Amino acid sequence: MNIAVLVLIVLAISAAGYVLGRHRALSGAQGDRRNLHSLIGYYGQTVFLFASVPALFLLAVWLFLQPMLIEARVGAMIQPSDIPEGGSATLVMSDVRRLAEGLDAAIASGAVTEEALAGLQAGDAELGSLLSDAGVALGAELRPNVLEAAKAYRSDSHGARLALTAAVIAVSLVGALLSLLRVSPEYRARNVFERFVLAALIASSLVAVLTTAGIIASLLFESIHFFQLYPAKDFFLSLTWNPQFRGGSDLGIWPLLWGTLYVSFVALIFAVPVGLLIAIYLSEYASKRLRTFAKPAIEILAGIPTIVYGLFALITVGPLLRDYFAQPLGLGTSSASVMTAGLVMGIMLIPFVSSLSDDIINAVPQSLRDGSFAIGATQSETVRQVILPAALPGIVGAILLAASRAIGETMIVVMGAGAAAKLDLNPFQAMTTITVKIVSQLTGDTEFASPETLVAFALGMMLFLFTLVLNVLALVVVRKYREQYE
Amino acid sequence: MEDMRLADRTASARENKITARGVQVYYGTNHAIKDVDVDIADRTVTAFIGPSGCGKSTFLRCLNRMNDTIPICRVEGRIEIDGEDIYDKRVDPVQLRARVGMVFQKPNPFPKSIYDNVAYGPRIHGLTRNRAELDEVVEKSLRRAALWNEVKDRLTSPGTGLSGGQQQRLCIARAVATSPEVLLMDEPCSALDPIATAQVEELIDELRENFSVVIVTHSMQQAARVSQRTAFFHLGNLVEFGETGQIFTNPRDPRTEAYITGRIG
Repeated sequence: MNIAVLVLIVLAISAAGYVLGRHRALSGAQGDRRNLHSLIGYYGQTVFLFASVPALFLLAVWLFLQPMLIEARVGAMIQPSDIPEGGSATLVMSDVRRLAEGLDAAIASGAVTEEALAGLQAGDAELGSLLSDAGVALGAELRPNVLEAAKAYRSDSHGARLALTAAVIAVSLVGALLSLLRVSPEYRARNVFERFVLAALIASSLVAVLTTAGIIASLLFESIHFFQLYPAKDFFLSLTWNPQFRGGSDLGIWPLLWGTLYVSFVALIFAVPVGLLIAIYLSEYASKRLRTFAKPAIEILAGIPTIVYGLFALITVGPLLRDYFAQPLGLGTSSASVMTAGLVMGIMLIPFVSSLSDDIINAVPQSLRDGSFAIGATQSETVRQVILPAALPGIVGAILLAASRAIGETMIVVMGAGAAAKLDLNPFQAMTTITVKIVSQLTGDTEFASPETLVAFALGMMLFLFTLVLNVLALVVVRKYREQYE
Repeated sequence: MEDMRLADRTASARENKITARGVQVYYGTNHAIKDVDVDIADRTVTAFIGPSGCGKSTFLRCLNRMNDTIPICRVEGRIEIDGEDIYDKRVDPVQLRARVGMVFQKPNPFPKSIYDNVAYGPRIHGLTRNRAELDEVVEKSLRRAALWNEVKDRLTSPGTGLSGGQQQRLCIARAVATSPEVLLMDEPCSALDPIATAQVEELIDELRENFSVVIVTHSMQQAARVSQRTAFFHLGNLVEFGETGQIFTNPRDPRTEAYITGRIG
C-alpha cells in the first residue's frame, strides 16, 4: 500500500479518536463541560496523539531500517564471482535494486504476470525486452544470481510492505483504544498533553545532537581507515605535503595547518578591530535613523556568496597587493597570497563581528551608561571602561565564532591564496589551507580506497577538532569573565 | 582663600544652591514639565514627591543635564547652580556632572571591583596625584557611604557581588568620590528592603553636612523623615513647595492635601 495512503489512514483513525475522545469525556461529565478536569479539546488531542504519534514513529523507523535489513539478506545471495572485474558489491546491489524496480514496473503495466515472472530465467530474451520497455537498461550480461536476488528483493519488499501496513494500522488502533478507555472526567488530559509537548521538544533537540554524533562517527571511521593505510606519525610530523596518485605521497598536515592559521590570523587582525569599532559606533554613537539604515547595509556583506568574494580577491585585491606592495618591496610576484585571502576574508568577517558585538553591546543595561555619565564620564570613557568590560564575554564569543568561520572558509582561499602547500612566513607568498586540500583531494574521478583520498577525512577531523577546541576555549573564557563580572 | 570660602559658607548655609526659573521639558511633543520654579537650598535635603509620571524624575535629571543623553528631550528655561546657568553653551555637561552627582533607582555598580567602582570618578577627572591619594579618597568615600567596615577586606572583589543595599551604598560612595556639591537621588530606596532603606536614609541625613541633596521618592514617610523641604509635583506642574513640616501638616493646595492623605495618586 502506498505510504501516503497509509499516513492518511492513520490520520483518519486519529481524527476519529479526537471526536470520540471529546464525546466520551463529555458524556462522562453528564454533558456539562465544567465538570471536566481539563478543557474538552485536551481529551480529543490526547487520543489523537496516542493514535498518531506512535504509529507514525513506527512507520518512520521501519522505512529507515527496512532497506538495510533486506539488502543484508539479499546481498548474501550474491556470490563473489558475480561481482565483475573492477566493480564492487555496492554496484551489484544497485543493479539488483534497478532490476527489482524494472520488474515492478513491468507487472504494473500488465506486460507480464507474477506467475510468468517467477518462471523467467536470466538468459531469456523475453526478459531483456520486458526490462527495456520498463526503462531499465541492462549493462553487461545478466547473471542468474543477480536476477534471483532481484526477485527475492521484490518479494521481500512486498512482504515487508504488507507487514508494515498491518503493524502501523494496528498500533494506531491500539493507541486510540487504550487512550479512549482512559478518558473520564477526572482524567488529567491537560497534564498528559503537557508531557507530550515535552517529549516532542526533547525529540527535536535529539535530532540535532544525533546528527552531530553521526557526522563525528563517520569522520572518525574514515580517519581510522586512513591511518591504517598511512602512518599517523608521518601525517602529524611530516613538513611536506605532496600527494601522488601513483602512491608514495607525503601527506604531512603542517603546511596546511600553517596556511589555515596564517590566513585566519590575517583575516581576524583585519576584521576584529574594524568590526568592533563599527559595533561601538552603531550602538553608542549613531542616531537611531542612521542605525536602522547602516546596520542592514553592513549585513549585506554577510549575504554576499563567498565565491563572489573569491572573484574580488582574484581579480582586484590580489593584483593590487602584488603591484603596489609585494613587488616594490621585493616580497613576491604572486597575486595569490596569504595577504590577499586574509584581507578579503577579513572583509567577509566584518559583519559577523560587528553585528554580534552590536547586539551584545546593546544588551549592556542602560543603567550602567547612566551611572557612568552621571559621574561625568565622556562617551568614549564610558565605552572603554564600563561597556566593553561588561560586554567582553560576549565579544570574545563573537570573535571566536568569526575565527571558526575563518578556519572553515574555502572558496576565498582557493581563489585568493592559491594551492601551493608551503611553510613560509612571508604573507605575500601563495599558501593553501586544509579546506582547499580537502576539496582538491576529493574532486575528480576518485574512489575512497587510497590514502590520497581518505586523507580528506583525517583533515576534516583535524578541522573539526580545531573548531571544537576554539569553541571550548570560548566557553571557558566566557565563564571566567562571567564569574568576575556578575 | 580656603578659610574665606568656609567662613562664607557657614554664613550662607541656607543660601540657595540651585535656582530654577520657568523650566519647561518636552519629550518630543509631550510637555512633561510645565513652567517650574524651584530654589534648592545649600546643605539641606529637598524631597520631590508626587504620583508616578508627574515629572519629578525628569526635573531631577535636568539638574545634571542627564536629559542631554535622550535625543528627543528638550529643556527650556533657566537653571542656575551658584548663579551660573548650567544650560549655557560654555558649560561642559561632563564637568557639570562631576559637580552634581547622581544615584539611581536601581543600584548600578559597574562590572569592576569595589575599589575601581569608587575610584572611577576620581580617575577620569584626574582628582588625585598618586595611588596613595586615590586610596585615601576611596576609603573616605566608602566611610561616608557607611560601607567601609563591610568591604574593607575585599576591595578587589566585584561590586556586583554585594547585596542590594550594599550595592546602593557603593553607588552613593561612587557618587560622593568626586566631591560633588549637589547629590541627586532618584528613588534610591525603592529596590531595597526596610533595613537597607533605614541605612541609606541615615546616610542621607549625614550627607547633608557636606552636600545639598535632592531626593525623589514615592514614600511620603521617607520624604517626611529625611527632608527639610518638600516639593509636590502633579501632572508636570510644581503644585507646592515649602518646609517639609508645613507641607505635611498644613498644605496650602487642595491637591497636595489630597495626595498626602492618599486620595489621589
